[in-house]
Amino acid sequence: MPPAVVDFVLQHLPALQVVVPMVAAPLCLMLSRGALAGGLALIVALLCFAMSLLLLHQVVTGGPISYALGGWPPPIGIEYRVDTMNAFVLVIVAATSALVLPFARKSVRGEIEPSKQALFYTVFTLCLCGLLGVTITGDAFNIFVFLEISSLSTYVLVAMGARRDRRALTASYTYLIMGTIGATFYVIGLGLLYQATGTLNLEDLAVRLAPLGELTSVRAGFAFIMVGLGLKLAMFPLHAWLPNAYTYAPSVVSIFLAATSTKVAVYVLLRFMFTVFGYDFPVVELSLATVFVPLALAAMFIASTVAVFQTDLKRLLAYSSVAQIGYMILGFSMASVTGLTATIVHMFNHAAMKAVLFMVAGAVVYRVGSTAVASFAGLGRQMPWTMAAFVIGGLSLIGVPLTVGFISKWYLILGALETGDWLIAIAIVASSLIAVMYVWRVVEIAYLTPAPADRKPVREAPLSMLLPMWALALICIYFGTDAQFTATIGTNVAQDLLDGIGSNGIGSNDIGSNDIGSNAVGDGPAADLPASEGVIQ
Amino acid sequence: MCSSVSASPTLDFILGHYNYWLVIVLMMVGLYVVVSRGNMVKKLVGLNMFQVSVFLFYISVGKVRGGTAPIYVADPDAVYSNPLTSVLILTAIVVGVATLAVGLSLVIRIQAAYGTVEEDDVQAADAGRDASPRAGGGAA
Repeated sequence: MPPAVVDFVLQHLPALQVVVPMVAAPLCLMLSRGALAGGLALIVALLCFAMSLLLLHQVVTGGPISYALGGWPPPIGIEYRVDTMNAFVLVIVAATSALVLPFARKSVRGEIEPSKQALFYTVFTLCLCGLLGVTITGDAFNIFVFLEISSLSTYVLVAMGARRDRRALTASYTYLIMGTIGATFYVIGLGLLYQATGTLNLEDLAVRLAPLGELTSVRAGFAFIMVGLGLKLAMFPLHAWLPNAYTYAPSVVSIFLAATSTKVAVYVLLRFMFTVFGYDFPVVELSLATVFVPLALAAMFIASTVAVFQTDLKRLLAYSSVAQIGYMILGFSMASVTGLTATIVHMFNHAAMKAVLFMVAGAVVYRVGSTAVASFAGLGRQMPWTMAAFVIGGLSLIGVPLTVGFISKWYLILGALETGDWLIAIAIVASSLIAVMYVWRVVEIAYLTPAPADRKPVREAPLSMLLPMWALALICIYFGTDAQFTATIGTNVAQDLLDGIGSNGIGSNDIGSNDIGSNAVGDGPAADLPASEGVIQ
Repeated sequence: MCSSVSASPTLDFILGHYNYWLVIVLMMVGLYVVVSRGNMVKKLVGLNMFQVSVFLFYISVGKVRGGTAPIYVADPDAVYSNPLTSVLILTAIVVGVATLAVGLSLVIRIQAAYGTVEEDDVQAADAGRDASPRAGGGAA
């Protein structure tokens, strides 16, 4: 590539990260053949992954990037702001999509009607675009728009499970109602904040909100935003949509959603709680101790216990997700560097382990046709590689040493001990024991119960499924033995979040200095990419 | 605005914020319909009311008393209403319409699959089913 092009790409990386999947989505639709659309979606996912890694590298070495969309400087224009935290989340989202799509090739062929496969990839790419957009943008209303792009495509993706079971339709409908209420709550909260501050830029909000802690409308805004996001991330009492949506969605969708969408919502919650409001903000501290800690503990115990009694693997994993979100909430509720590190690290770790486990479920659907726990009988011998991956994922879920789950719980327990909360530390260990029960149930049936005699012998999952599954399983082990990468990032992010941006007078240092002048042609990527569309066709 | 009508500060507060009261009433009515109705189309109607109340809220936040529409006029002393909230709501309306479209198409699919759009009937129809998605449909 000529250096001018490389320069251009590097310059506009934040915009390209979102624009590439956005432009690719309609192209997938035009390709109209499932295999072609899947190929394009895979290329896009790989590109996004590469871009997110580049962004993470740029941010880690050169500090936060501020990109003025369309060349309009913030706070008037929409700002894309990348720092270590959202670059890390971008990597999680993009990496998951790049690993899920190779897996999807066979799984989608098995579960989605041929005429709808291109549509599936279209909506999938759109969902990816939404999730990346939520993560990268520095504008509060833009978050809402991208959140709804990702949510609306998620509803459609979940409903595509209707070919296997009509309950996917009702699951999707419930999700739509709950998700829209959540998004609308977020908008109400944002309206109250806008009314008090007159700005929508997150950095600018942080600066202007700092002296307004006593204002009732601002406090109400905080509450609305937290409840809205709580609905989106399936925080414990607001999780009712999640088990059905994950159970009846097509396997690929369950993998993708479980690994990414709740993480992105947790990211937005952290962004608001620590960057926009800041830990010193009067209501934040109060809500952490009185609302988030009890709800996190309730999630860990109640959802885990419910998971033990499930007869379907995907539903079991869904309840386990609700419990694991509890760990993430518990982490940041401690409001210490260690606790926040636990949350950030667990976002990555949980994405990896849940993706493995849902991939196992997808492979079993492909070969056996059911995810009922009972149908796992004998699969330990018949699908040895798949079940070995399940064991690794399950051990991570429990938090056994040498797996990623251990690292998360290690930081959580350290955080709890730092604040002297012995009870919370004990609760973390105790809830992990419940995880042992639900993981063991499946392992026991898979390895110790002989296969039913009337079932045709089951073959091992195809290679295109095993490779992504094992790539993730190895990630679970690698980052469990050498957690330096994730822990360093986690600690840095936690430090940044707790230092608070409002207090160092942001708005003066980064913004406007590096990018805006050169981005006078900032609408370049948006204007140029449609032109290259014609070339691809 | 109502100080001439009444001297009571409480009444002033209530009347002076009448737009917010309307928003709150509309919001609660919408949310109540979503929660209380079993008919899936009516639920969507409630959801839409809920969203519309937020649109009104934003627009009344942006209104400047005595301000004109935010269109450039030659008069340097002209007072404009804040255009930003209206623009935001334009986007939110699009989102709302898209949500309604997806919701209604789901209802159509549910009607085709179940023969009803009443939530209770749908639940009753699925009551006897196994928790797992129908076995055997996978690799076919």
